[in-house]
Amino acid sequence: MLKDITLGQYYPTNSVLHRLDPRLKLIVLFAIIVFIFISSNVFSLAFLILFIALFIIISKVPFKIYIRNIKSIVLIIALTTTLNAFYVDTGTVVLKFWNITITSGGIERAVFMTIRIILLILSSAMLTYTTTPTELTYAIESLLGPLKHLGLGNAVHTLAMMMTIALRFIPTLVEETEKIMNAQKSRGADLESGPLLKRIKSLLPILIPLLISSFRRAYDLAEAMECRCYSGGKGRQRMKQFKLGVRDYISIFIVILLIASILVINYLYSAGIIYLNVW
Amino acid sequence: MDNIIEVKNVSFEYDIESEKKPILKDFSVSFQRGSFTVILGRNGSGKSTLAKLLNGLNKPSSGKVFVDGMDTSLPEYEIEIKRRVGMVFQNPDNQLIATIVEEDVAFGPENLGFEPGEIRRRVDNALKAVDMYDYRRHAPHKLSGGQKQRVAIAGIIAMEPRCLVLDEPTAMLDPKGRQEVMQVIRRLNKEKNITIILITHYMDEAVNADRVIVMDGGKIVLDGPPKEVFSKPNIIKQSGLDLPQPTELIFQLKEAGFEFQDGIISVDECVNALKRALTQEV
Amino acid sequence: MPIIKVENLSYTYGEGTPYRIQALSDINLEILKGEIVGVIGHTGSGKSTLIQHLNGLLKPTSGKIYLEGKDIWAEPKRIRELRFKVGLVFQYPEYQLFEETVYKDIAFGPRNMGLDEPEIDKRVREAAHMVGLPEQLLAKSPFDLSGGEKRRAAIAGVMAMRPEVLVLDEPTAGLDPSGSKLILERICEYRQKYNSTVIVVSHNMEDIAKISDRVLVMNKGKIFMFDKSERIFARVEELLNIGLNVPQVTQVFIKLNKLGLVPSSNVYTIEQAKSLLIKQLSRRGTFNA
Repeated sequence: MLKDITLGQYYPTNSVLHRLDPRLKLIVLFAIIVFIFISSNVFSLAFLILFIALFIIISKVPFKIYIRNIKSIVLIIALTTTLNAFYVDTGTVVLKFWNITITSGGIERAVFMTIRIILLILSSAMLTYTTTPTELTYAIESLLGPLKHLGLGNAVHTLAMMMTIALRFIPTLVEETEKIMNAQKSRGADLESGPLLKRIKSLLPILIPLLISSFRRAYDLAEAMECRCYSGGKGRQRMKQFKLGVRDYISIFIVILLIASILVINYLYSAGIIYLNVW
Repeated sequence: MDNIIEVKNVSFEYDIESEKKPILKDFSVSFQRGSFTVILGRNGSGKSTLAKLLNGLNKPSSGKVFVDGMDTSLPEYEIEIKRRVGMVFQNPDNQLIATIVEEDVAFGPENLGFEPGEIRRRVDNALKAVDMYDYRRHAPHKLSGGQKQRVAIAGIIAMEPRCLVLDEPTAMLDPKGRQEVMQVIRRLNKEKNITIILITHYMDEAVNADRVIVMDGGKIVLDGPPKEVFSKPNIIKQSGLDLPQPTELIFQLKEAGFEFQDGIISVDECVNALKRALTQEV
Repeated sequence: MPIIKVENLSYTYGEGTPYRIQALSDINLEILKGEIVGVIGHTGSGKSTLIQHLNGLLKPTSGKIYLEGKDIWAEPKRIRELRFKVGLVFQYPEYQLFEETVYKDIAFGPRNMGLDEPEIDKRVREAAHMVGLPEQLLAKSPFDLSGGEKRRAAIAGVMAMRPEVLVLDEPTAGLDPSGSKLILERICEYRQKYNSTVIVVSHNMEDIAKISDRVLVMNKGKIFMFDKSERIFARVEELLNIGLNVPQVTQVFIKLNKLGLVPSSNVYTIEQAKSLLIKQLSRRGTFNA
């Protein structure tokens, strides 16, 4: 079913990671992404894997939930892996058939890319599993806070509110799309076959009702928000306040340690002090 | 008498393609503090328009609406009136804003600018009042219809309103969901003394009210305690409504020439009346 | 021969994922030509899943469905033709309206069937008439109609395909009493005119009691009961046990029966109750006329 799509769904387990300041989590995620791409050698990458594995355990979210995420992009992984393996021709030749050569450099690059993509997916999934969309929105709003001094306060609030509403309504609209598709199929609508132009035209019976119902929902929602005394960002409070606590400082310390370790490993590797050669 | 809301000589019309379509004309009604009123009426009878006039969502084209003495047409009372007269709509999906139950319930108090601790207290109380506290960390789209509607009610209760206007809150629910929501509404009236104005076309929801108003064509055609209103079956039917089955049965027997008292609305009253008729000495 | 036969039907949502839900298990039933079958059961009992199998929107995980003796999945490519024979009206069907005019919208189904223009025209007008939409509304935009009219226009859109089996999911949900009554009458009229079979899913026991020949009770993905209406509503205790209700008039008669005042509690419509009581009251001579 369409509604099974996981769009970064929150997974409540109340772990330490869940209770961290969302702003901090967002910054750490960016840091990790940067480090995934600058870890250019086996050691720093292994170090990162260890680190992320540790986070996964701390998050208390079942591992199979993470795996499901990777499953959905297995095709993309396969594609990048093969392309990398084919197109890189440094190192020794490992395999040769027809006019395709696969070199040790190619394999190395393919393995690196695969691991990087998986780490990327795992770490961003970790953020969305441990942070509610509302908290994320809050983090973005807060990190964009300095823009308020440039007179963009209203824009920042509006952006955050739009994100919240979008996140809330995605599952509803997905479900609605499915329902309308079934209703039109029941009237004999043919959505699967025919030339492109006809197929685009055959989408109208789905898109028009969807659009109309979205307008109706928007109108209803606006009224409901008005009834709940919403009048823009001015004077609004937040139930959840985030102040950096002890555990936040500890995690900042750990992350700094991570950064330092990777830089040191990278240096040692490039200076030839540590090395690994499988070939 | 202490009225929480007073509607005085109000007219209201919708502009549809520069054509004025009058819905209410010189309409007056008031609601007593702490009472439970059910408004019945077919589609297009003007009942939803009336509901939206009660908290200033609709502004009268002439006449006045007062909430605790505050005129709904004055902008300075806008927020306070909406806080005091909370409103719940038909489709729960279109009223929920956040992706987590408790964050949604917090939306109203957050807008009102309370301290975080106070917001937390209100959210917890509101969720407990509708029996949804255990679901506070859930995502609304995974709840049943009845549960969603109760979260929507909690979102209003968290503003600690004095009056709750509900516009067909059970129309999209299954019988179980309807029952849950009706239970919560009755409890809010009894325990928290919140004035309830419930718009519906389910007759059985009207049976336990203090007062029933039947609207048709933008006018009040019947107004009184349920027993009194349901003893006028002809007017109810002319207004496009049904009688509760026990009332209908007794009504038809009366039409056939048998004698029964007026105002039979529940199953038990119907059983008792029939018992008397079937066992009385000839 | 039954018009619809369901054999050992089971269906699982999300097969092969950690989220699999067995929505239907081992359903066997036969529906006869020309009867009205009411389907009751609370949300999640499998009613909606079952009816979506009847017109091939869902494919059974195991088991077979036969329409007039033919396995509907014998030729998967021709499943679209099945949908013209088994017309399915979804809950809140007004949300599927999309054309510029009511006429065009009702014509959508017949046009997909590949009928010629005169036949389409005939069917659109007949279907509109059937649901009580006046001729002058046909040229209007469906979005300018009232709620009840929109609902009827959407139902006409399925009736215009003239299905042999008309399946409706909660056709009266959210309508006021007069609107509901009108729709139920029109559905019965459709059956009479085309001698077709009708399957109605509803939460409203009073409605189900009024129109159905037989009632199918679903519970936890299984058939709980399937029998003539009077026999279903006689089993009140069991219905109450699975969280369903019986018509209020039946509740009255159960209590009267317990008091020994009426011979049986087997009453489920106002008309039955009235004629039974009139007989009994007249015999006692309390007639005042």
